[in-house]
Amino acid sequence: MPKHLISIHDFSKEEILKVISLAEDFERDPSRPIFRDKVIASIFFEPSTRTRLSFETAANRLGARVIGFSDAGNTSVVKGETLKDTIKMVSNYADLIIMRHPLEGSARYASEIASVPVINAGDGANQHPTQTLLDLYSIRKTQGRLTNLKINMVGDLKYGRTVHSLLQAMSHFNPEFLFTSPEELKMPNEYKEYLNKLGIPYKETHNLEDGIRDSDIIYMTRVQQERFTDAIEYERVKNVYSLRQEMLENAKTNMKILHPLPRVNEIAQDVDNSKHAYYFEQAGNGVFTRMAIITMLLGVNEL
Amino acid sequence: MEKQLKVSAIKNGTVLDHIPADQLFKVIDILGLSTSSNQITFGTNLDSKLLGKKAIIKISDQFFKDDEINRIALIAPQAKINIIQDFEVVEKRVLSTPSSIKGIAKCMNPACITNHQNVETLFTTITDSPEIKLLCHFCEKITDHKNLKIISKF
Repeated sequence: MPKHLISIHDFSKEEILKVISLAEDFERDPSRPIFRDKVIASIFFEPSTRTRLSFETAANRLGARVIGFSDAGNTSVVKGETLKDTIKMVSNYADLIIMRHPLEGSARYASEIASVPVINAGDGANQHPTQTLLDLYSIRKTQGRLTNLKINMVGDLKYGRTVHSLLQAMSHFNPEFLFTSPEELKMPNEYKEYLNKLGIPYKETHNLEDGIRDSDIIYMTRVQQERFTDAIEYERVKNVYSLRQEMLENAKTNMKILHPLPRVNEIAQDVDNSKHAYYFEQAGNGVFTRMAIITMLLGVNEL
Repeated sequence: MEKQLKVSAIKNGTVLDHIPADQLFKVIDILGLSTSSNQITFGTNLDSKLLGKKAIIKISDQFFKDDEINRIALIAPQAKINIIQDFEVVEKRVLSTPSSIKGIAKCMNPACITNHQNVETLFTTITDSPEIKLLCHFCEKITDHKNLKIISKF
């Protein structure tokens, strides 16, 4: 059992399934104050709403006390304290550290300094493994299985860390992928080579309507304006990769739309009432998944 | 006809031959030769059938451990190492690429923690192509050969 959760690569297939099964237990009965004697540090050097609130909800539901900060602005970081010193100090106060930091690799570094388990709640554009685990939990919950699913990833497949981690985690479960993106934001070659090596089939398209009919999961991501050098190109792309209610007529009944949120205009408001919309429930699943991760890293494997 | 050496022979020590000429000073840096008190002679931009222009370094009375010398595989993978005793080559060593590289190289990702705080870099070497690529232990990004920068300690 790994001591920390820094990257999705740290958890094997069996450990991923263990997280999902524990999360199911927590969803059935979310009030399990099994860590009344623990203190959990939630240190956010960068703003976040969903991730921080769902982690702190998870810690509270487990009965733990939560200390920390949500903005490095009122800490010793502004006086020039290094990450090393901050982590050394927090390790002495808390039994587990949840950290978000803007620098890539900061979470791995922190885990090598800390004397207690560290959970990466996002290190810049690098990894956000608890998002991936809650995505897997949402997929299993809505489809009843993780194996042999058709996953359609839409939007920014070049820079989107959530799609890269999800692709790697799903590769344990014999999936089939469709990558829907503008030319500028295509899935990078290194991930396609990774799939080739594993013999996992994938197709690529520019047309959003291509992949709706036979997908089990449509994983939407935000196309960010700052990725484009050409403002006119951004305006065009933004509207092309927008999912609307009328496009879902021929979708499979089990098909669910996921989105890591925040959503801007890539999913029209009228989709929210459709039976396919699942992104708000997905965010809710974050609490159960994070309860499961905290529990495992604190050394408890059965409830 | 007598063959004349461009860089004169040493009695005892280590000769590093077939270093790409443009990597000479990086090799000196990696091996920490600029602070060495041993006698060192070197030549650069010498003709080489293999490399076009090569460099050679001769270090008297110094012998390197494998893990010290293997660090230059990063920038001079074809270098030949000869151990000299009493003007004779007594051992030829071949470089092998280390599976990990600590310090020495810089991560090309500007957002990597190693480029902002006092954290020693650490890479796993990827050798699936002739040119070595480095996978950062921290930010998980790949630094390829053309973006490889050596951290100067001096």
